[in-house]
Amino acid sequence: MQPSGYKRATPDRLDATFAALADPTRRAILARLATGEASVTELAAPFDMSQPAISKHLKVLERAGLVYRGRDAQRRPRRLEPRPLAEATGWLEAYRRCWEGNFERLDAVLEELKAGKKRGRSKR
Amino acid sequence: MKSTGTLKVSARGDREIVMTRVFDAPRSLVFDAYTKPELLKRWLGVFGGWTMPVCEVDLRVGGTYRWVWRGADGREMGVRGVYREVVPPERLVNTEKFDEAWYPGESLITTTFVEQGGETTLTVTMRYESREARDSVLKSPMEGGVSQSYDKLAELLASGEVRK
Repeated sequence: MQPSGYKRATPDRLDATFAALADPTRRAILARLATGEASVTELAAPFDMSQPAISKHLKVLERAGLVYRGRDAQRRPRRLEPRPLAEATGWLEAYRRCWEGNFERLDAVLEELKAGKKRGRSKR
Repeated sequence: MKSTGTLKVSARGDREIVMTRVFDAPRSLVFDAYTKPELLKRWLGVFGGWTMPVCEVDLRVGGTYRWVWRGADGREMGVRGVYREVVPPERLVNTEKFDEAWYPGESLITTTFVEQGGETTLTVTMRYESREARDSVLKSPMEGGVSQSYDKLAELLASGEVRK
């Protein structure tokens, strides 16, 4: 079955993916779906949230092409579409995180250099 | 809005990756931190037990650099290249090739330092020899030994183990 929301990765697609991933509940839903399909009731169970609230999150995930609905008309199980996620997380996000770490360390080095400069000046 | 601290990374065109980051420091200091071994060793790729025991920089046009990182388990990762343009404290252009490159060819890195109001905007443009090379770099930060942290979910999903 071809998931309906999935298209080849584009910048827009990546934007939608990142926006969908920005929320902890949605990340938890994806983590749950990574272990297998689940109905909305099953997905809502571990959260202190109403089903409509979970459905809202699911809609965001569906629009981003990260989750789609299985065929079973009764349960309407949600399934994970791993491709956009693998692309988005495996590509830019991991890359960005790695550099973010570098630049945070660089921030610390720069703070020290600035402080050293000030001390040097006040001595004169 | 705070302008410092937010790192933007994007894939541009077929062969490039562009990163932008603002630092709360004059560009002379950022340039120093990018080119002086004793400073580079303190921030570039040193995390999770990795250190940078070799950091040689011959900062002039045609000069080479050689950096080697060593992991806690003794594994090493080295990179070398040549400086093509050196304009302190504004601009650096250098080639880059890892000893065990996971992408074909050499990359060309252009780094610019633009200062405004005491802050420095750093822009790094990495140009690879082909789209395939660029995409390998983006896809394989783990293989490159440079990824700092990886969300459990991302790890699971990117490994291809997850099947619907």
